Formats: sequence, C-alpha cells, structure tokens
Amino acid sequence: MSEQTARLESMRVLITRHKRWDLVFAVLGVLALMVGVLTFVALFTQMVVEGAPRISWDFFTSFPSRKPDQAGILSAWVGSTLVMIVTAATAVPLGIGAGVYLEEYAPKNWMTDLIEINVTNLAGVPSIVYGLLALGLFVYGLGLGQSILTAGLTLGLLILPVVIVATREAIRSIPAVIREGAYALGATKWQTTSHHILPYSIPGIMTGVIIGMARAIGETAPVITIGALTFIAFLPAAPFSGEPPAGLFEWVMSPFTVMPIQMFNWTSRPEAAFHHNAAAAGLVLVVMTLSMNALAIYIRYRLRKTIKW
Amino acid sequence: MVGTPAPVIASVTAAAAGPAAAAKSETKALSFYYGAFQALKTISMPIYDKKVTALIGPSGCGKSTYLRCFNRMHDLYPGNRYEGQIMLYPDNTNILNPAVDPIEVRMRISMVFQKPNPFPKSIYENVAYGLRVRGERKRALLDEKVEDALRGAALWEEVKNRLGDLAFNLSGGQQQRLCIARALATNPEILLFDEPTSALDPIATASIEQLIAELKEKVTILIVTHNMQQAARVSDYTAYMYLGELIEFDATDTIFIKPKIKQTEDYITGRFG
Repeated sequence: MSEQTARLESMRVLITRHKRWDLVFAVLGVLALMVGVLTFVALFTQMVVEGAPRISWDFFTSFPSRKPDQAGILSAWVGSTLVMIVTAATAVPLGIGAGVYLEEYAPKNWMTDLIEINVTNLAGVPSIVYGLLALGLFVYGLGLGQSILTAGLTLGLLILPVVIVATREAIRSIPAVIREGAYALGATKWQTTSHHILPYSIPGIMTGVIIGMARAIGETAPVITIGALTFIAFLPAAPFSGEPPAGLFEWVMSPFTVMPIQMFNWTSRPEAAFHHNAAAAGLVLVVMTLSMNALAIYIRYRLRKTIKW
Repeated sequence: MVGTPAPVIASVTAAAAGPAAAAKSETKALSFYYGAFQALKTISMPIYDKKVTALIGPSGCGKSTYLRCFNRMHDLYPGNRYEGQIMLYPDNTNILNPAVDPIEVRMRISMVFQKPNPFPKSIYENVAYGLRVRGERKRALLDEKVEDALRGAALWEEVKNRLGDLAFNLSGGQQQRLCIARALATNPEILLFDEPTSALDPIATASIEQLIAELKEKVTILIVTHNMQQAARVSDYTAYMYLGELIEFDATDTIFIKPKIKQTEDYITGRFG
C-alpha cells in the first residue's frame, strides 16, 4: 500500500509543478492584455478629464475661433459627416460589386488569383500613399480640387479592400446547398445572386462597411495630403439645396475640414486651452468611432438570430 | 476488390416491371470526371416513366455523382467533364449536350437534397421560388400552385395558416417536405432525391417514403439511398453501383430476391460494403 501512496505522492508533485506553468502563462497573458487595455483607458481618461468640461451644445454649433473658449467643431463634424457620405457612396457599390464578381462570377484561374492577392495587399498600403495618389489623380488630374468629393473618393478607395473582403467572407459563409438549391430550380447566376446571395450576405457586408467607415473617419494623413483646410469658418452649401440639377451637388465641391484635422490644428497651438479643445474633439471622435463599431456588432448579432445555416 | 464484369442490364421482365414501362430517360455510356479522376465509368441504364428507380451502393460508388448529372449540377464547378449521353424522352434531348442550356435541364428536372435546404424566406416564398424564377407574377396563380405543391408534399394542412412564417421554424421532416413541395411546384418531369432522409428521424423518414410512393403516380423519380431497406420499400427498379461502375440494374424485386451478380447479392445481404 505504501508503494501506491508513494506513487500518488510523486504524481501530485509532478502535477503541481506542471500547473505552475499554467499560472505563469496566465500572468504573462494578463500583462500583455493590460498593456493595450490600460493604455487605451489612460488615454481615454485623460481625454475625458481634459475635454469633457468643454463639451457643450455650443461646442458642436460653433465654428473654430482664435478664442479657445468660443471655438467649436461645427465645420469639422459637418465636414466629417459629408465626407463619410461620399466615402460610403463610393466604397459600398464598388466593394460589393467587386466582391460579388470575385466570389460568384470570376473564373478560377491565375488572373483571378492575382487580383485577389492585389486586393488583399491594398488593405496594407499606408494611407498616406492613397493621399498622394488622390493628390495626383483627383485634385490635379481630374480637377476635382481640394473638395469633399476628393476626400470622399480617397477614403472610399482606402476602405475598398475592407468592403471587398467583408463581402467575400459574407458570401462564403452561405452554405453551398443554398446556392445549389437555387440553381437546381432553374435560376440563372444573376437570379441566384440577386435573390439569395446578396440578401443573405447584406448583414455581413454592412458590418464590414461600418468597420471600414470607422477607420476612415479617423484618417488624417491622406486628408491633409489632398489639402483639407485646417481652419474653416463656413459650412458647405447644404446638400441638395441649390438650383437643380448642378446646384444639388454643389456641396461636394466645397472645401472642408474633418474632425482629426481640427484636433491636429488645436494640438499644435501653444495655448493649453486649445489642448482642452483638442481633447474634447478627440472624445467626440472616439465616441463616433465606438458607436459605429457598436452598430456593426449589433448588426452581426441580429444576423445570427435571423439567419442560421 | 471484387472483380467487376460488364454490368448486367437485365432485360427487365414485363411481369416484374408492370405493364408497358416506357423509358423516360436513358443513360448511354456515361462517364464523368472530376478533373483527372474518373468518378463514373461508362454507365448505361434506362429510367422508366412514372416509376421509382433507386441507386444503391457503398459510399464513394458514384451514385450521388450520377444523380447530379441529371440536372447538370456538376456544371457549377470548374474542371468537371461528362462523356456519353443522358437522353430525355419523348423529345429525344441529350441533356449532357453542351448546346443544351443547363438551366433548361433544371427547369425540367427538379432535385431534393440530402439535407433540407430551405431558403431563409417564408414558407410561401420557398415554394413559389421556382415559379418566380420562371417570371410568374400573378398572385392568384402563385397561390394556387403553392397550395397544390404543398398538398402534393403532404404539408398543406400543417402550414396553411402560417405560410408567411420563416421556413427555418419548421421541423427537419417538414423542411424536407417543403423542399419537395418547392421541387414539385414547377411540375418537373423527373424528380431527383439525393438521400432525402439521411438527416431525418424514423417517423419523418416514413412520411417521406410514403410521399415518394404517392408521387410516382405523377412524376418519374430517381432516388439515391444508402439504406437498402428504403430502396426495397420505395423503388420499382434498383441499380447497384460500385466504384463508379453500374454492376447490376433490374426490377427491385429481382435485385433483392435473386440478383444475377454475386457481388450485388453480397452487398444486399450485408456481407460486403
């Protein structure tokens, strides 16, 4: 019996020793996680502490000013919103079209493979490069100027790979038997795509679009490159307000600024009061981004409830 | 491996087949390739009109591959190749002819899949889909066809008060009958079943089998099954396949009682496969 006891004893010693590594890894893992989480929490807290007192109705409805306590983000948030509208109008149809083509229509050959690799790589191109491209192509080449249209097109291109990849993944998650079921009833490729593939993948695509937009709204480098103004004390013509037909789209040719640029402008001022404005604007921008991500999560959650394969 | 002599296509006796069994379709020297892999080897056999023909054989014998030739499902994927012919009567069309549009073939020959695959749409829209694809918009006609198809699939009584519900809310057996109704709604000439009960419980299976027995009054049926009892219960003719070859085709009674090939007998009696 004592032999058995000794055997058990040595087994337990061994288990205890091995389990120590569980603990070591858990601690290391938590530390690694905390670096990211705490950094964000610290930054966010600082922004709240510095910026929150500045947030008021006036802050949203005032133009920037030389007097820090009168300065607001009206032109910035309106500019960001309008640029986002153009971005979405660019990236959504192009991205979905390209994604559907690659997934449903493209022949499986080396050309398609090459295009796929390119699309994936596009997502990794630094945003400043998109800015340079846009400066040459949109601002000078096509003469669109330093306008909302140029910014929207640029950011639209920037998030295009995200939308394409999201579209393809949403399409791929549709089981083959659903697709075959439609074809087996005599549907053409386009009928299958428009009646089934697209409707069933829209929630997944939407998620991708919103995540892409959340990235685009915080982009600074390409918007500076194409020449967004850093100080702007007027609003573009309200959309669809002018004389039709040309006047309807007057707003897209307007100069503009966006939230991150307004922040950058204030940060570079020497007075501390402007830094508080920058913190407040940052807070608004973070809240905008987080709410977009929250919307994406909500849509995904809804999708899992209604469509189960 | 058991030696496989030339397939025995019995000159099916009139007594076994019932009077005047006319061929709805005839497969002539069909070979099929997935890329370089030959999955079907020169298969020749008839499909009799308004009869149930079962395809049996061990996994990987090519029975599903053969079934999916009938609606050109293989055309959806690159690298697949057909050789030989599948003739469809009375119009003498070779449905494998590249000049024949696979969509036309699928409009004539419907299919029910292994796992119920309703669309994430309402019960009504599922059944009406085949008609919508054909451009049918008249509500009254759609209503009528949907009801007929659901009655044909013995599902009408259970769903008539909730046609707008999502099809996913039905049980597995009901979903499979919904898929049968969807396939029936377009009045197909041949109905293909690819192991239609393999995902269902015994009670749902029994109801599908009963349905198949009723359906053959109206439509020619080709069914793949790995359940030999099912083949014996529902079919008039049985084809036994092995490794892409047709080993024996005959009236079901003959196949199950006195098969001509030893290998068929071994498979049927469970000594092999």
